[in-house]
Amino acid sequence: MKILPIFFEKREIVVPGDLLAEGDYIAGENTFREGKYIYATRVGLIEYTNEKVNVVALKAFYIPRIGDLVIGKIVEVGISGWVVDINSPYMALLRASDVIERGFNPRKDDLTAIYDVGDMIIAKIIAYDRTQNPLLTVNETGLGKITRGQIIKITPTKIPRVIGRKGSMINVIKKESGCNIILGQNGLILIRGRSPENERLAVMAIRKIEEESHTSGLTDRVAEMLRKEKESGKYESKSS
Amino acid sequence: MSQKVPEKLIDEKGLRLDGRKPDELRPVKIEVGVLSNADGSAYIEQGKTKILAAVYGPKEVHPRHLALPDRAVLRCRYHMAPFSVEQRKSPAPSRREMELSKVIREALEPSIFVEYYPRTAIDIFIEVLQADGGTRCAGITVASLALADAGIPMRDLVCACAAGKVDGTIVLDLTDIEDKKGEADLPTAMMPNSKSITLLQMDGMLTPGEFEKALNLAVEGCKKIYSLQKEALKAKYVAIKEAVEE
Repeated sequence: MKILPIFFEKREIVVPGDLLAEGDYIAGENTFREGKYIYATRVGLIEYTNEKVNVVALKAFYIPRIGDLVIGKIVEVGISGWVVDINSPYMALLRASDVIERGFNPRKDDLTAIYDVGDMIIAKIIAYDRTQNPLLTVNETGLGKITRGQIIKITPTKIPRVIGRKGSMINVIKKESGCNIILGQNGLILIRGRSPENERLAVMAIRKIEEESHTSGLTDRVAEMLRKEKESGKYESKSS
Repeated sequence: MSQKVPEKLIDEKGLRLDGRKPDELRPVKIEVGVLSNADGSAYIEQGKTKILAAVYGPKEVHPRHLALPDRAVLRCRYHMAPFSVEQRKSPAPSRREMELSKVIREALEPSIFVEYYPRTAIDIFIEVLQADGGTRCAGITVASLALADAGIPMRDLVCACAAGKVDGTIVLDLTDIEDKKGEADLPTAMMPNSKSITLLQMDGMLTPGEFEKALNLAVEGCKKIYSLQKEALKAKYVAIKEAVEE
């Protein structure tokens, strides 16, 4: 393999318009090619793999993808379905026939009794392309209305960082805080713990990850912070 | 405070009223991500000119009929605060502000991948807090940073700078008084990577030779602003990285 010119070190911060590479590299995420040069299109961290140049964005918005688990808020109840805000430029639709198994009758069925404006739901995207708004489903286990817990919002591109390599980060947070955490690919995170104190710990950890996502050795620092916080006594032990 | 109009805008040593050389920029200070409610924001101080920019979007278009099926619509508002000039300015949008909103939008649009997000809108708000010449250029410079801060994919940052002619000399980055009393003003905005100019206006009279000299000077000024823009965009993240990694 011939050595192709690159202009940054791995995991260095780049901004739009930065020249990343020259030659036969494949222009990956958040990059674009002009002639034989590849430039960045977003602020992010650069990653070179064998033949590809990627930029992991530090801030972006959520663009729906089929199969993604998302957390959304009902903003409108229509005649035959709901409009859901999924923290994206596009509003998502949830059909009434998806929720009501037997034939749906608009005259008899009251949709607000199922989901009302302001309700939060966990859903999955089943259809989306650039000409149509995304379509959701709640017809799987674990999906549906959220009845308790806290929801926090982070930049969607940092969700993989919260999960960590093979789930290392999220497992540390779950273990140390004792909370059940559900990550929506759209940047919304649901935290359910035994007490508000447990939830506070998890929120703190996630906020720290969001702030310092572009630094290395973060998993260890988060684990250390959680342990220190627990020892400081404000946290009720698991025996309660 | 009323501006005294001096007889000469350039003294015997060839220095300007504020002591700058003809090809020198005013001191520039840029900060990115200053507002927490907007999706992206930036602030610039260029000499006495102070401008704040905020970006929202992409988001659903309201009213709906403005949406385009194949790309995002870009909407821009350039506005001067009532206290930005010596004599209180009416906060209602003036003819000049509407025109500037349009030229700024057209200067920024080529840098954005609008075709990636059909049926959406991107809103840009440029608020001039204090005006001392060069507000359209500084406005483009900050708005471009606010767009990058909002995570909107861009081909390049757009940087802008004016050149002009004062007392027979071609100068860079005019102040308000130099603009008003001088002979010509040439605001320029560009994307340095592709060497494409996205805004070029001229006010006053220049010979073809002077125009070429002024344009080259403005391009040089743009490139200096460009490196300051990149530095400012990285500064926020570099500071955190240094703090935690030691």
